[in-house]
Amino acid sequence: MNGLVVENFSIAYGKRRVIHEVSLPELPRGSVTALIGPNGAGKSTLLRAIAGLERFTGSVWLDGRTLDKQSATERAKHMTYMPQQLPPGIALSVMESVVAALRVVEGGPRSSEDCIEQAYHALERVGITDLADRLLNRLSGGQRQLVALAQLIARRPDVLLLDEPTSALDLHYQLKVMDCVRDMVREHNLVALIVLHDINLAARHADRLVVLRQGVLVADGAPAHILKPAMLADVYGVQARVEACSMGHLQVQVDRAI
Amino acid sequence: MSVSSYCLASADGTAAESATLGLQYRRQILRRTLLVLGLAVMLCLSVLIDLSSGPSGMGLARLVEGLFDPSILQLTERVIVWNVRLPYSLMALLVGAALALAGAEMQVILDNPLASPFTLGVSSAAALGASLAIAFPLTLAWFAPSLQITVFAFVFAFGSVLLLQAMSRLRGAGTESLVLFGIALVFGCNAVVSLLQLLATEDVLQQLVFWTMGSVARADWNKLSLLALVLAVVMPFSLRASPRMTLLRLGEDRARSFGVDVRRLRFASLMRISLLAATAVAFVGTIGFVGLVGPHIARLLVGEDQRFLFPASALVGALLMSLSSIASKLILPGVIVPVGIVTAFVGVPVFVMLVFKRGKQL
Repeated sequence: MNGLVVENFSIAYGKRRVIHEVSLPELPRGSVTALIGPNGAGKSTLLRAIAGLERFTGSVWLDGRTLDKQSATERAKHMTYMPQQLPPGIALSVMESVVAALRVVEGGPRSSEDCIEQAYHALERVGITDLADRLLNRLSGGQRQLVALAQLIARRPDVLLLDEPTSALDLHYQLKVMDCVRDMVREHNLVALIVLHDINLAARHADRLVVLRQGVLVADGAPAHILKPAMLADVYGVQARVEACSMGHLQVQVDRAI
Repeated sequence: MSVSSYCLASADGTAAESATLGLQYRRQILRRTLLVLGLAVMLCLSVLIDLSSGPSGMGLARLVEGLFDPSILQLTERVIVWNVRLPYSLMALLVGAALALAGAEMQVILDNPLASPFTLGVSSAAALGASLAIAFPLTLAWFAPSLQITVFAFVFAFGSVLLLQAMSRLRGAGTESLVLFGIALVFGCNAVVSLLQLLATEDVLQQLVFWTMGSVARADWNKLSLLALVLAVVMPFSLRASPRMTLLRLGEDRARSFGVDVRRLRFASLMRISLLAATAVAFVGTIGFVGLVGPHIARLLVGEDQRFLFPASALVGALLMSLSSIASKLILPGVIVPVGIVTAFVGVPVFVMLVFKRGKQL
């Protein structure tokens, strides 16, 4: 079994349960899965728990091996997580910040040359080599988001867990980042689980959609099977049409709130 | 999956650009290394000036001669060199380095630019410990009153950091709660010290007030050796933790998802801070703002790669204290003003500036 499996996930803050017995379908290598749902559905919480940042009950398996008993350091060798909220920049250059992310990788690049080369390729992949010597505290929110993605890519993970990676980006970079992630996933046979609010972006770039509502899995499958007016009305409370554009991409057109 | 498969096949242009960026990065590292070395040179110069200044008027040449050949010095001169100038100058240097390094680490682990041993109550707790020892001295033959003051100050300062530590381990306690707790600690300790001052006799009151004015005049060779030892032990651990501390600056979630054990990192850092701040404050009293301002100046110079920031902070702190020590001898001719007063004069405007700068960012 090659890929990521999440079984019987439950997460509670005190007595309040935010995720109820969620089992995700197997997320195969080479595929992009988008986690969608309304505000407060528990998408980010679920992603953080898979990354090992929240306490949970349940199991995570990667390529048939359980990650449950692994320490954060061991888990970080396979998984990288990009949070939704990035702190304001600090007085560190973009290149330094990517190299810093590499220095703590166990079994990662040993020499400075290797670190620099690996960092350069990550910046190149995200298309921000021109920002390499700029300080993070001089960058816009969108540029910092791209740097955060470059830090993840530089670590050469097996699993990418991205929480709203395009929230601060303009249209050009939204497409560029999602294309970049999808190409990387295909080329290097990775698993990507991405929380997205933009359903059209999710429909266009994900192989599979997983829909959460109030901490419960309500639907999963290929975008064409999932995105139906009835599901959108039920989960999001909107009256919407799902149409294919002239390029063949699915488009959700929202007419009104119900 | 092989790791190398990640690398894109590099075209000639890409290889050239990669080499250019690599060169830029190495230059940046070199520039930071040179800045740290420059700070060390400036510190040496400052210490020399500090050594050569004082009410006795003994010049640098005579002092250097005396250091190499103590027999040429008269008894008074020997006392001035070995019991006053050298210990005072070196104590200023070591205390500045210890407080600034502690401040730099505190600012990272609490993610707060206003954190320092002074602002989070470590100095106030030390003052409370010292005040209690002064007001209620124990009558034990083996425990001299001056030693009691130092030991009590250390225990209270160390205890205050352990309290901060315990707070940080409480579930749901964020870094902001820690800072607020630190501020509460400052007010709490100051209130008790004020109460002791109110109830004290005239003699005791004088001692209490003098202790709260941090002064390097309490230096002796035992204290110097101990503080130097603490710095020598702590610094390598700080440097070892510095790459992980740099990641912590990028955000706790990111650091954790990159495999950094943040709780352990914070615990170890607070232990280092406890040792540095408690030892420094116990030996010289309340020295304000060096632990706050030192790291900020260092950050402006070398950025936030903690591998450079920690040594640079220690050097800037030492330099600030050394310069303050020189100023403390020059402000009033013939009188050595407690160095804590000088650092507060310099520190207050910088502190206010930082507060307003932070306010604009929010």
